[in-house]
Amino acid sequence: MDLRFTPEEIAFREEVRTFFRTEIPAEIRAKVSEGRKLAREDYVTSQRILNDKGWAVPHWPVEHGGQSWTAVERYIFMEELMQAAVPLPLQFNCFMVGPVIATFGNDAQKQRFLPRIKSLEDWWCQGFSEPGAGSDLASLKTRAVREGDHYIVDGQKTWTTLGQYADWMFCLARTDPAAKKQAGISFLLIDMKSPGITVRPIITIDGRHEVNEVFLDNVKVPVENLVGEENKGWDYAKFLLANERTGIARIGMSKERIARIKRLARTTPAGAGTMWDDLDFRSRLASVEIELKALEITQMRVVAAQATRDPTKPDPASSILKIKGSELQQATTELLLELAGPNALPAHRDDAGHNDMDSLFAWADTAAPTYFNMRKVSIYGGSNEIQHNVIAKAILGL
Amino acid sequence: MNFDLSDEQSLLQDTVRRWAGATYPGLEQLAAARGEPLGFSEARWNELAELGLLALPFAEADGGFGGGPVEVLVVAEALGRALAPEPYFASVVLGGGALRLAASQAQKDALLPGLMDGSSRLAFAHSEAQARYDLQDVATTARPVEGGFRLDGRKSVVLNADAATMLVVSARTSGARRDDDGITLFLVPADAAGLTRAAYPTHDGGRAADVTLADVFVPEDAVLGAVGEALPVIERVVEGGIVALCAEAVGLMEALHELTVDYLKTRKQFGVAIGSFQALQHKAVDMFVALEQARSMALYATMMVEAEDAEERRVALSAAKAQINRSARMVGQTAVQLHGGIGMTMEYIGAHHFRRLATIELTFGDTPFHTRRVASETGLVSVD
Repeated sequence: MDLRFTPEEIAFREEVRTFFRTEIPAEIRAKVSEGRKLAREDYVTSQRILNDKGWAVPHWPVEHGGQSWTAVERYIFMEELMQAAVPLPLQFNCFMVGPVIATFGNDAQKQRFLPRIKSLEDWWCQGFSEPGAGSDLASLKTRAVREGDHYIVDGQKTWTTLGQYADWMFCLARTDPAAKKQAGISFLLIDMKSPGITVRPIITIDGRHEVNEVFLDNVKVPVENLVGEENKGWDYAKFLLANERTGIARIGMSKERIARIKRLARTTPAGAGTMWDDLDFRSRLASVEIELKALEITQMRVVAAQATRDPTKPDPASSILKIKGSELQQATTELLLELAGPNALPAHRDDAGHNDMDSLFAWADTAAPTYFNMRKVSIYGGSNEIQHNVIAKAILGL
Repeated sequence: MNFDLSDEQSLLQDTVRRWAGATYPGLEQLAAARGEPLGFSEARWNELAELGLLALPFAEADGGFGGGPVEVLVVAEALGRALAPEPYFASVVLGGGALRLAASQAQKDALLPGLMDGSSRLAFAHSEAQARYDLQDVATTARPVEGGFRLDGRKSVVLNADAATMLVVSARTSGARRDDDGITLFLVPADAAGLTRAAYPTHDGGRAADVTLADVFVPEDAVLGAVGEALPVIERVVEGGIVALCAEAVGLMEALHELTVDYLKTRKQFGVAIGSFQALQHKAVDMFVALEQARSMALYATMMVEAEDAEERRVALSAAKAQINRSARMVGQTAVQLHGGIGMTMEYIGAHHFRRLATIELTFGDTPFHTRRVASETGLVSVD
């Protein structure tokens, strides 16, 4: 047993750490750290820099632009990326549709889509959830009917994150209405410029436009945009969701936020001193740090076990990472909000042109939206209650 | 990064688990051992000696097996699972830890053979009632006299002191009660004139004693380590103890979780196994998550206990103990709750795991104590 990184791994960590902190523009990283809204261009700029270095999709097969890194190196890479407040490479491109096309797509699809996925020339969004299909995803109703060399797709998707920027959508649609639930679903790639697509914003509890509803009305999709086999889409979706859960603990992000809270606490006045002098606040911060350290080791255990696991099958232990990781992310946003105190109340000062103020509390404007927004993390990616069901069944045998 | 045990460590784990499982298959055997005058059976203690476990953490040059923190983790976890009542923690981990860290070669030569063959045992007589968890808080005094020292004071809840042949006693040779400097460790025979032990059972099925020292004379060569400089040694002994407690707690939680999940699968109400109820399933999952978080921190403690940097070590061990404490409380309470009425009875073995977990929380620092320590230092996440 040896829980230390090897000298090579430490050198690798230094290399990626330096790269993130010198090559990704400080202004973009500051936006991530401070919880400010990123423009489409910010995502694109950051991902292009990674892509030019060959690091946009290190976990992909090497022939499609991946790196032959070990599981530990991939883990270090993602942790350092998050701690440097670099925007995550677009999840829908790099962790979802890319691996599905690389694994189940045909050669033409691979050549056409993969290079543009990793460079973010095409922005992808996810067409899975529907108003009636949330945790019970397989009950989705969107239909795709074959007519000659194309499908006609009708239905409604929802919670489409950053769909307002998307060029393409990967979409689950029912191709065999007679089949039972999971059977009869196909995985389609849909051009968002197709006639019949309407994107409607949903403003979430943080007051921002992050997610959308997407209506599909008689949308023509060429048959060549079917991934894999017709009616086998559920298998590909399961593969995709297993990928999604990798790194879902977001430990690096929580660490980054804790470091920021510690810095801000030292300059935030409270009583005769600062919030840093408030031992009760410090104790609660320490409690979160302790759980986070435990989760970091748990994540390393899962990473170490990956070496001997079938990578296409989800590891039920990753459900622990999802549950605890989301709880801790939320706990850090609560501490940030508490630190901001009454100064958290002003909304949209930056949008209203007040962002030139040199206030000690300029940072506090985003504390509440961050807190509000992060309520999502215990809901998405399989709600925490679903994760409990997964562990109860797959690990405890209940 | 590698979480696997070596072949030798796996073998050790198998050996201790098999011994503990066969020796304490249920409450009946446990109750018989606890009913012995010292709370365990000498014959069983000798079996541990024959298995080489009493010699495990000592250097090969001293006749031991040179085991490190991982070996301690493996043994403590396996003994913990079975609620084994032998004073392994008090004698080998704590007392033996003090010898390993501070004893002269002559002291090792005199004491280690008996300790390793089971014929003698140690107790770590450091804690005092007023000190709570502050290791520097020592009121017991040692006055230099002709040829040695005279000790006066009272040590509180000294684990397995009644089973010890020799006590490692901390006493103040200089300074005020809460000073860091001026503490000295002494080797005091259990039968020394003026030393009395008032022994009693503890709530976890173990035993301890309050030890009174009234003008107890010890010769100069009874000093363990340097005069007045014992605090860093005591801290490291306790850090080693925390690793063992963390591992023991993981063994206990694992056993308790298995018992609980088993119960959910077999206990029927409303015509079905109660494990089919989602409300209970989710509680069992929360126990599992708490157990795995604790397991991770036991491994972390094992890794960090030998770190060179004292502050880094302190923060890491405090973080580990705080996590273990929190998990222990959650797992223990939930196990009782999910068992319902039967979980409230002493006839049920899980109740004994629960009681031991509760006492582990109160040994070498509770959750608020260790959380405050993490908060008072740099903490675990550096600011950059």
